Amino acid sequence: MKTILTIVRKEFLQLKRDPKMFGIILIAPILQLIILGYAANFDVEVVHTAIYDQDKTVTSREYIDNFKSVSYFHLDYDVNSYKEVVDLIDKGKVILGVVIPKDFEKKITRKETVRVQAVFDGSDGNSATISAGYVGGVTATFSQNILLEQKDKSGMQLKIGTIAPETRVWYNPELKTRVFMVPGIVGLLLMLITVILTSLAIVKEKEIGTLEQLMVTPIKSKQLIVGKLIPFAILSFVSEIIILTAMRVVFDIEVRGSYAFLFFSTFVYILSTLGLGMFVSTVSKTQQQAFMLAMFVVMLPMIYLSGFAFPIENMPKLLQYITYLIPLRYFMVIIRGIILKGIGFVDLWQELLAMLTIGLGILYLSSLRFQKRLK
Amino acid sequence: MLARTRAIAKKEFKQLWRDKRMLFVLIFFPTFLLAMFGYAVNFDVRNIQLAIYDSDKSDVSRDFISNLSNSTYFEFVEYLNNDDDVRRALNDKDAQVVMVIPEDFSEKLFRGEETAKIQFLVDGVDGNTANIISNYVNAATLAYNSKLQKDFFAQMGITREPPVLLEPLFWFNPNLETTKFLIPGLIVMILIVTAVVAVSISLVREKERGTIEQINVSSLSTAELLIGKSLPYILLALVDALFILVLGYILFDVTIEGSILLFFAATLVFILAATSQGIFLSVVADSQQVAFTVAILTTLLPSLMLSGFIFPIESMPGIIQVVTNITPAKFFVNILRAIMLRGVGIEAIWTQLVYMSIFILLFLGFASVIHKKKLSAA
Repeated sequence: MKTILTIVRKEFLQLKRDPKMFGIILIAPILQLIILGYAANFDVEVVHTAIYDQDKTVTSREYIDNFKSVSYFHLDYDVNSYKEVVDLIDKGKVILGVVIPKDFEKKITRKETVRVQAVFDGSDGNSATISAGYVGGVTATFSQNILLEQKDKSGMQLKIGTIAPETRVWYNPELKTRVFMVPGIVGLLLMLITVILTSLAIVKEKEIGTLEQLMVTPIKSKQLIVGKLIPFAILSFVSEIIILTAMRVVFDIEVRGSYAFLFFSTFVYILSTLGLGMFVSTVSKTQQQAFMLAMFVVMLPMIYLSGFAFPIENMPKLLQYITYLIPLRYFMVIIRGIILKGIGFVDLWQELLAMLTIGLGILYLSSLRFQKRLK
Repeated sequence: MLARTRAIAKKEFKQLWRDKRMLFVLIFFPTFLLAMFGYAVNFDVRNIQLAIYDSDKSDVSRDFISNLSNSTYFEFVEYLNNDDDVRRALNDKDAQVVMVIPEDFSEKLFRGEETAKIQFLVDGVDGNTANIISNYVNAATLAYNSKLQKDFFAQMGITREPPVLLEPLFWFNPNLETTKFLIPGLIVMILIVTAVVAVSISLVREKERGTIEQINVSSLSTAELLIGKSLPYILLALVDALFILVLGYILFDVTIEGSILLFFAATLVFILAATSQGIFLSVVADSQQVAFTVAILTTLLPSLMLSGFIFPIESMPGIIQVVTNITPAKFFVNILRAIMLRGVGIEAIWTQLVYMSIFILLFLGFASVIHKKKLSAA
């Protein structure tokens, strides 16, 4: 125990000597959380649109006015040729071109069907899909109103209403991307800090040559690893408190569940990411290798395979199995569950257990790996 | 000048060559990750778990239900019989969306000129999926509405299509496969992270080991040193880009619609921008740890979230839109989507190229100023 404490003290002294690192670790994540938290928004609120109205009649203008009444559409360009539409889309100035044919009004009064073309820039498929929904809505409403008008004129009785879907989103009623993305960003930032800190823990001593000095002392490998981990765990916990506070204060995200459980599960999560960093450190020969491993094997997979932005259910089966090894996958469920649904231990113990197993397992592997090298 | 630059580049190459593990990681990992993540980046939502609480139980409600559950997007899970069931289905994640048809649904619908409401309760914990589900639900209802009207008119002896029909055309990506437009973003992210981290560490390493002193006392100029040191990494990144491209074509059918030459020219400019960022970091940082930390924090998440790769920049708050300019990734995502999907030429992307070049000038300029200051201070 005393040996461990000595190592802990040594590590803290070292950290204190590198104030740049200290500052970066404590301040950068808050900055990132704020910027990224505001950036994380899947909602398409601005659709830059070009309108090519070949008809230029009262009816076609009425149709265009329907677009104007939807705040999402920014009718930036009023063009006079198809070529201009093509050009604007090619240059990425608009993602939607609405082409109204010449006989728009004529066909409508003749009770024929007129086809309006909506050209989308599919190179941003997500925005294109969502804006296609908006355009479809506007057109359907317009179409319906014409039918109703014509029916009124003919004096025919229309005995049919319309179905109106009323969508209610549970747990996140305003459907704010932020509310479920920010907790994910918290998970990512905590992972980055902990992995950056620990991935160097052993390999740095190795590279500088001080590890040999440590090896000739009677310190056991487990003691060394635990001693190295404690300061990082404390630092990460401080950073955790700062980040979670920032989440609450800056984004006003209400935590429906218990704070105590939130902190506890975050701690278990940190344990697993610290373990991954430590493992990277024990298998690397140089700091450079450690960085590359940390980045390619830990950080990038955490981002892509955790369900942070890309739904796990959509992935191929094999990839879905790999996601079970990603601690952030479980933490994402836990933190979103606590914050949005207000659920607790009863519903989340499986995820918690999975994280704990990964954490302890990887820490055990690192100490094993380290022992082997000592001999 | 050229000879000395070459000598430095050669030395760096040798060093890289000696650390085979490192070389392997730098060449193959980016490609490998692209192959893996290419399958993960996908926003298409299929087989949405749909539960139904139908208290109307009329012909029309049943018709609507069968219409919805027959589409490829929805997968019918179960019928629910009361409000408690509805709550349970959502809480236990048995269903992603519950459709609630009220008792007076068909009555209201056929009384005429009234809107008959149908409630859709969507699980909003994954907001993006919830968003997509709401879109599908709206579209399905719209389609059913026009079908109803058509049927009704047909009954009256009038067959007519709706007056205005929308013909949506999705250029460059007709099937709206999300993978197609996400892969360029993935390429950008992998390249920038690799380049910035590799370059910044290689330079700081000399500082940390003290070998930089030897270089400083030699007749080598700063420019020669920096160019020589980063040259191998620039080449490496280009090789990575080539591999990624080939693999993207084989695995994901991602082709370059525009000119390949332009693609590589733009990639070179981007890699130069990323390298300059790496050089700048290496000048500022004193230890590999600090260099790595700053490199990761400034590239990893920003290139993911501020580049327009997954979140549309136009919909971000104004200040954040300005902040997105801090990463060259933003411009390269624009360029790649333009060249790879839209197949446009230089006239459509030159502004983006200019912005990336400004990065190179700024980073290198700052780097040399700070470097000189540090040298004279020492």
